[in-house]
Amino acid sequence: MPNYRIHKTEYIDETKRVSFKYDGKTYFGYEGDTLASALLANGIHLVGRSFKYHRPRGIVSCGAEEPNAICQIGSKKDLTEPNARATELELYEGLEASSQNCWPNVKFDIGGINNFISPLIPAGFYYKTFMWPKSFWKKVYEPLIRLSAGLGKSPTEPDPDIYDHKYVHYDVLVIGGGVSGIIAAKMAAKNNLKTLLVDDKKILGGSTIYQNNESFKIDDKLSSEWLKNEIQEIKKLSNLTIKTRTSIAAYHGYNFLLAKENLTDHLPEEKKKNKIRQRLWKIRAKKVVIATGSIERPLVFNNNDRPGILLSNSINKYLDYYGVTCGENIILFTNNDSAYETSISLHKKGIKNIIVDLRKSASSELIKQAESLGIKIYFNHVVTNTFGYRKINSLEIMKLSEDGNTTVGNKIRLSCDCLGMSGGWTPMVHMHTQSGGKLDFRDEDQVFLPKENSEDQISVGSCNGDFDLENIIDKTVNKINKFLDIDNQDYQETNIICSKENDKRNIWLLPNKIPLGKTKCFIDFQNDSTAKDIKLALKEGFRSIEHVKRYTTTGMATDQGKLSNMHALGIIADTAGVKMGTLGTTTFRPPFTPLTFGTLVGRNVGKFFEVVRKTSMHEWHVENNAEFENVSQWKRPWYYAKNGENMHDAVQRESKAARDSAGILDASTLGKIDIQGTDASEFLNRVYTNAWSKLAIGKCRYGLMLNEDGMVYDDGVTTRISENHYLMTTTTGGAANVLSKLEDYLQTEWPELDVYLTSVTDHYSTASICGPNSKKILNKLFPNLDLSDENFPHMSFKEDKLENINCRIMRISFTGELSYEINIESKYGNSLWKMCIEAGKEFNLTPYGTETMHLLRAEKGFIIVGQDTDGTMTPSDLQMDWIVSKKKYDFIGKRSLYRSDTIREDRKQLVGLLTDDPKEILEEGAQIVSDIKSKPIDMLGHVTSSYFSPNLNKSIALAVVRSGKTMKGQKLIIPMENKNINVTVSDTIFLDKENKRLNA
Amino acid sequence: MFLINCPFCGERDQSEFSSGGEAHIVRPKQPTELSDDEWAEYLFMRKNIKGIQFERWNHVHGCRKWFNVVRDTSNDKILSVYKMGEKPPVNYK
Repeated sequence: MPNYRIHKTEYIDETKRVSFKYDGKTYFGYEGDTLASALLANGIHLVGRSFKYHRPRGIVSCGAEEPNAICQIGSKKDLTEPNARATELELYEGLEASSQNCWPNVKFDIGGINNFISPLIPAGFYYKTFMWPKSFWKKVYEPLIRLSAGLGKSPTEPDPDIYDHKYVHYDVLVIGGGVSGIIAAKMAAKNNLKTLLVDDKKILGGSTIYQNNESFKIDDKLSSEWLKNEIQEIKKLSNLTIKTRTSIAAYHGYNFLLAKENLTDHLPEEKKKNKIRQRLWKIRAKKVVIATGSIERPLVFNNNDRPGILLSNSINKYLDYYGVTCGENIILFTNNDSAYETSISLHKKGIKNIIVDLRKSASSELIKQAESLGIKIYFNHVVTNTFGYRKINSLEIMKLSEDGNTTVGNKIRLSCDCLGMSGGWTPMVHMHTQSGGKLDFRDEDQVFLPKENSEDQISVGSCNGDFDLENIIDKTVNKINKFLDIDNQDYQETNIICSKENDKRNIWLLPNKIPLGKTKCFIDFQNDSTAKDIKLALKEGFRSIEHVKRYTTTGMATDQGKLSNMHALGIIADTAGVKMGTLGTTTFRPPFTPLTFGTLVGRNVGKFFEVVRKTSMHEWHVENNAEFENVSQWKRPWYYAKNGENMHDAVQRESKAARDSAGILDASTLGKIDIQGTDASEFLNRVYTNAWSKLAIGKCRYGLMLNEDGMVYDDGVTTRISENHYLMTTTTGGAANVLSKLEDYLQTEWPELDVYLTSVTDHYSTASICGPNSKKILNKLFPNLDLSDENFPHMSFKEDKLENINCRIMRISFTGELSYEINIESKYGNSLWKMCIEAGKEFNLTPYGTETMHLLRAEKGFIIVGQDTDGTMTPSDLQMDWIVSKKKYDFIGKRSLYRSDTIREDRKQLVGLLTDDPKEILEEGAQIVSDIKSKPIDMLGHVTSSYFSPNLNKSIALAVVRSGKTMKGQKLIIPMENKNINVTVSDTIFLDKENKRLNA
Repeated sequence: MFLINCPFCGERDQSEFSSGGEAHIVRPKQPTELSDDEWAEYLFMRKNIKGIQFERWNHVHGCRKWFNVVRDTSNDKILSVYKMGEKPPVNYK
């Protein structure tokens, strides 16, 4: 097996060998390796197939920007993870990874045929091709697209790992632990500011930490040695927290940032167990220092995507940090000085290399050093093509014309096994722009830079466009002193020597004799978009960068175009003849690198996903086979499946029992608001449509609450407990909103009212007993209470004791039956319920759930707000004009009831519907029409409630129908998928119109 | 995610608050005397300014008090916070 690890470094522990599997084969690396460095040490460059053309692809970079080396980790159904970047994945014993987007394997991939038919699949190919024939869409195109779409495989079972969230507050957050970040963190912490320094790598130091060129010295030491000292020093600072393996995912307003900390991803399987895998840090910082550095740009030329073609600086890092060379015969292709550092470092380790430089000439310390070492440099040359299928084996270079627009002279073919490219550096302005900052464009080296730094955040170092070491340190120190309003003198005497780059030659799309249409000049490696695609989009009329991006999918892969966006912009600007500064950029959106769902969700999984509210009687319901329905956060019994019956049978039984003898409902979930104060009556007058001043103490009244727009908002019964004391009930789902709305009016519109509101929903449990035998049951429970109609009539309230515990009893009815609601302090709710059940035994007292409650009230034509209303119904639409006071001067929503729109005759109005076939049950939500012949069919309304009533032995429904009030007796049609159902419009009250049962 | 300085509780995370739209829209004292257009002006019309906007906020998961906020909607900076019933700060007019 080849070994490309050619020297020892302090970051690789050669005493700790680590075995791992890649595509099923076992390899070895060392502790300190990433998967990428370990693969390269084993001579493996080919790690995947490209998304569209299935071209062989190799490792390109050594960091978060990696477009190609993304892999599937593990194979367990619950733990496998797609799209992990091999360049960031730390190697651990037992790691299993595999390449993605290839079948049957990465070396021989059937999809590779796409490369040969690539002229047939240009940009926008999807939009153009899958248009016809129409019938092909569902059966041919869609399944095919779905098969080839997406990268990697999702886990199919729930994630067993533990994730965590943590909130923290700091004076200063420093993002990035390179040289400028370390200086900033030290300055802040030494000046008594509570500081957090985060870095996504395992160790601090950025790219300076492995710098070993004599041209870069600080205080007479190699810059890397100097920085190691600084790191040792900052680790001692008590004010400073350092979090490595932690990357900022998002930078929101008010310096609120999300960071992901990797805690166990680098550990072998057995050490991961029972530990938190990743933690999401929610950080509030008074000030943020962005020191995120920059990433190297590739160059855009024909066949620039072959395995073995990497970023020049990555070759340098693999060599000096991991001790691995990416080849033995390397060519470096550059337009700036930084490739020379790589070249010199390779040369020193005995790796043969030559440089192809776009620049006509250049002079700097680095270049002089390279020349003196005898490294061959082709100035004013351009790479025009590369060769080699699974790995690069040679390339062609040509001379550039004077203006750089074309090539001249003869091709020179050079053999190589690796190509490093350097197109200059792109400052990582993601954090700055995510925080709302704007960008400026600097023409001389074609970079976008943070435009202004606010008082809350600042960019320092190369993410701010400061590229040479002297500049980085001097500017960082000055800016941080100013930004933090401190006077730190630590770096005043620091002496910096560095090579200064003097020339750059930026050409976004490199010239070639081959027509562009026949080249493959890749811009976005992961999404396979080429320079040709960008030009095609422009030719087809796309101008906005946001449109070109979406049409060509440039920058839309999991790497979010970290390597590609600048080139796409550059080529658009050049082609369209506009300046890049005016073209702008696409939006930098969070997250910076992909986050796992687990990290985002944290501990809020399973039973912690949502709050669940249970009544005091919940256990009894469970024991008695209740099926539950979620009503807002409450678990409400839906129906009780006695002896294994289904829902229909249970509901028929429950509703019949409630009307024939007695039924009991857990009504504890209804919202209850305690209203007190000298102006309580006036307050109710203003919030309900009906009048309240004359309600006697001890009486109850039903009220309808509107929004200011006149639409029904909530309803419920309110009881006057004493002169200045009311108890309001609301719908279960509306409780919180009603309280908020009432508080809003009290605090903002009517602060002069003396009214106090308290939510007592949770304080009382409620058992509602209805049916002709309910009075007898009440009598057993409260033998001393006079239940006669004279003493305790419908819509009134009494207090009594149940075994010395106070109860509030209301004689109110939502079923149309004689009915009592018993309220008791919640801790006694379960006892109350059991005593009711016990007392009701001889009367077949039947517990019923929400479904039966809905059925019983529908028989009586009582509305349910939210089911029969949808925020567009006025009281009049509901045929409830009777509840709207004509006398009251004002109440919420009154003025809206006679707006031109609300008095329209042809509004949708609530009606009853009876099916011609009494056994036919309508579907709730079904559309209602009168004529199915003339098209388009005019839709008149829809069914809101529908049941089979066992008490009437027929199907009944409520519906909203245009001009419904005038349609009684009219025939309408409900068209269903396979039949039309004939119905007749009826009254909304189906049972006991005279309300005799209330006093049965 | 804003940091809002509740005039009753101090600085709290935005997740504790709910927004109530434009501030200083007074409910007409005599709605019945308004024309449809005048009522619609109160009911529906909101400025939705890009720039300095006066807003109502409610510390719904805190003290439950309503209060007013001056916010620059172009950069989300909260410039001032004051209680209900207090006059808006004049320097932002």
